[in-house]
Amino acid sequence: MSIELKNVSKRFGEVAAVHNVSFSVNDGELMALLGPSGGGKTTVLRMIAGLEMPTTGDVFIRGQRVNDLSVQQRNIGFVFQNYALFKNMSVFKNIAFGLKIKKWKRADVASRIAELLKLFGLEGLENRYPHQLSGGQRQRVAIARALAPKPSVLLLDEPFGAVDAKIRQELREWLVTLHHDLNVTTIFVTHDQEEALEVANRIVIFSRGLLEQVGTPREVYDQPANEFVARFIGAMNVLEPEVRGGVARLGELEFPAHGQADGQKLRIGFRPYNVQISSDLTQYRYHAVLRHTFFLGVLLRVELELPSGLTVRARMTKEEYAHQALEDGKEVSFQIRQYRVLVKEMADLPPESEIGYQAPPTLGENI
Amino acid sequence: MAQKRFRVLPGFGLTMGFTLFYLSAIVLIPFAGLIIRTLELSWADFWRLATTARALAAYRLTFGASLVAAVANAIFGSLLAWVLVRYEFPGRRFVDAMVDFPFALPTAVAGLTLANLFAANGWLGQYLVPMGINGAFTPLGVVIALTFVGLPFTVRTLQPVLANLECEVEEAAATLGAGRLRTFLSVIAPSLLPAVLTGFALAFARAIGEYGSIVFISGNLPFKTEIAPYLIVMRLEEYDYTGAIAMAVVLLVFSFLLLGAINLIERWSSRFQN
Amino acid sequence: MVEPVSKLIMSGAVSINHGAGLKRSQRATEESPVVKWTLITLALGFCFVFLLLPLLNVFAQALSHGWTWYWSSLAQPDSWSAIRLTLLVAALSVPLNVVFGLAAAWAIAKFEFRGKLLLITLIDLPFSVSPVVAGLMFVVLFGAQGFFGKWLDAHDVKIIFAVPGIVLATVFITFPFVARELIPVMQATGTEQEQAALTLGANGWQTFWYVTLPSVKWGLIYGIILCNARAMGEFGAVSVVSGHIAGQTETMPLRVEALYQGATEASAAAAFALASLLALLALVTLGIKTFLEWRQARMERLIVGRVFDEH
Repeated sequence: MSIELKNVSKRFGEVAAVHNVSFSVNDGELMALLGPSGGGKTTVLRMIAGLEMPTTGDVFIRGQRVNDLSVQQRNIGFVFQNYALFKNMSVFKNIAFGLKIKKWKRADVASRIAELLKLFGLEGLENRYPHQLSGGQRQRVAIARALAPKPSVLLLDEPFGAVDAKIRQELREWLVTLHHDLNVTTIFVTHDQEEALEVANRIVIFSRGLLEQVGTPREVYDQPANEFVARFIGAMNVLEPEVRGGVARLGELEFPAHGQADGQKLRIGFRPYNVQISSDLTQYRYHAVLRHTFFLGVLLRVELELPSGLTVRARMTKEEYAHQALEDGKEVSFQIRQYRVLVKEMADLPPESEIGYQAPPTLGENI
Repeated sequence: MAQKRFRVLPGFGLTMGFTLFYLSAIVLIPFAGLIIRTLELSWADFWRLATTARALAAYRLTFGASLVAAVANAIFGSLLAWVLVRYEFPGRRFVDAMVDFPFALPTAVAGLTLANLFAANGWLGQYLVPMGINGAFTPLGVVIALTFVGLPFTVRTLQPVLANLECEVEEAAATLGAGRLRTFLSVIAPSLLPAVLTGFALAFARAIGEYGSIVFISGNLPFKTEIAPYLIVMRLEEYDYTGAIAMAVVLLVFSFLLLGAINLIERWSSRFQN
Repeated sequence: MVEPVSKLIMSGAVSINHGAGLKRSQRATEESPVVKWTLITLALGFCFVFLLLPLLNVFAQALSHGWTWYWSSLAQPDSWSAIRLTLLVAALSVPLNVVFGLAAAWAIAKFEFRGKLLLITLIDLPFSVSPVVAGLMFVVLFGAQGFFGKWLDAHDVKIIFAVPGIVLATVFITFPFVARELIPVMQATGTEQEQAALTLGANGWQTFWYVTLPSVKWGLIYGIILCNARAMGEFGAVSVVSGHIAGQTETMPLRVEALYQGATEASAAAAFALASLLALLALVTLGIKTFLEWRQARMERLIVGRVFDEH
């Protein structure tokens, strides 16, 4: 285990930015800290780096408790959101800074820099200054600078936030390749769930200072621990039917009561791709009008409006869409292939309740 | 567990400690000394020393001339700032740089050259004195010197505000039919007012404390052209320490009041900014 | 990096003028040429009378007896020792205030603490004090009847009417200059670059030397030349504490006064000769300031241009 956090909390005055977080990072892993703004993920990252001190709890790097180690002593590489390049130094000097501090020999510095420039595609730029570089170039200089002294762990704070969408995509792919080649334990903070899903080996999801779930991209997508994760990762239809006469109802939709009594409400979530649509009005149970089609490239997103006014979002491939001869305004039938009953998120639970990652208790099918 | 305040960047203790030490040694202790000596005076003594007839004449000249100079600076400084920001003309860069000249020039030199300029045989005096405008050894001379000294304050305070004015606002007024003068009076001038006031107050404050240039140009005649700081020095030379301290405190109090007023103006003017 | 009005003020410290670099195209909102040129003429006239003439007059009067006389009057023993004393005072007081300025700016700009506003206000205090009052404060402390007067006398240490007093008074007057220039610059650069240096293993001194100092280079230079100009030109405070002992405690401004008070026309011209050196110093100060502003405007244009190039 490369990095471990045990019951780490961080208070800023009255506000608890991070509350009782525990997780571990494996050697060589590429891990994402994911969550909405203010969720505490950057604070956690900075505590690992030593740029913040936990109020309570312990941080371990390679088995050693590092709470009392200063940031200089932790041998970590940190990439700031706005790069924090040294504006008065050339690219060469920027990248060489950590080596100079560690008193590397001139020749070693030169060869290490040459190696990094090649690896990062920055050849020829070593004498430029930060203000003469593009955003993507600055980003790579920042990462090269952090990696030059061969740290045991690489920490990135929203590395792709400040860059254009197209470049962001390229940088993502490049980061995965880089990580694969260098095999340094890497943790990055992001609020973009697509990015986390695409890039990371495992994801830690934060919300309002609490840890909601830890898992592989597949795990958090297919088996979200609670409603927050379910809605944050991927798109989700969320309904709140009320139990009447032993059946949970909302509009025309009916779900099993799942043990709830009359008058109680259920939180039901289902992914858009789990909505099956047919132009044959007899094929499926529910009817709706296809209100709007959104073209997403490979997929199409479709909005269904039920007679009661309820809106359901569905997704399908182009082929499916064409096969069913769908179009705006057409009446269709649909069913929900798979849904789950959603557990409330950690952030709403009182602090004393047990914090564990319960597998979602009920999975309903084909209603 | 009570936590020691964690600061990521090092050096807070060292720099803060040195800063406070140096501040105390150079600024606070001398101030304290003055205040202690002042408190040793009885209120009656203080009042008597601070308000002798000669002192009152000195205050009148100091505050009066400073006020006139500050008004002159407000007017001409605003004019200068406007012209520098809005117009292009040959030598603009040079004039812009020269605005700081009174600030960079030692006050003694300023006084020396102004006194010489306006004396009866000086470059300007030779024309002005026959006209009755006597710039040397008169209260007018004091005003001239104070105007010189305070000029950068009004110009430099107004320039950035002028530069930041949105020209869209003026264009909007134009599209609504307002002529230039109307636009200036209704749209531009009100937004410049706080900066002009601040510059005025700064020039005023600067003028009150001015000593070096006046010494050369005023002739320092008691009751006629003697400013308050000069009287303080006179009293010191006569070993009238308490007298000097009393007047010094009067000037100090007034300076602080002015400082407070400037702060208020700033606060008032920034309520319209985001 | 246009500073709000409040930052320019409080001190009277003139700071980098941002208005000069901006060009405004206002086709729809221009005054008639008549108005425009009248205003320009008025402004220029005012400048000429109040700024240019006094400057030229100094040099004209100084050279009124010719070059040889000019140099020889500067070499007069009392004038020459005044020049030396002024340089000494500046050489002592400016570095002290630079060290203070750096320390204070570091503490204020890079950390959060209670009472920061109070500290900044206290640092500005010398600006709001008349120089004569400042000198008086030191007389109250160290004069013969001052708080430390007896003790100093007993140990035969002279502060008032001697060089140490002049240095002290000068340090007081120029106290805020460097700090006032550095604080906004250090605040503007933030703490991220320093934090990055820490993550790369640098300790406090290395971070300060390699990262912070270079980033405040121009602000520091500007603060130094302002501090120096004021230190060399200070009159009021030094006049009170120095005792005007010719050849010993007369700085250049005091010597100018002494010469001016002299009875002869020659001594008045000698006053101008010495004053011309100070005026030259003022011009050099202005020149460096203009250069620094030009440089900053150029850097800003480069960066803005770069932003538009990115894609």
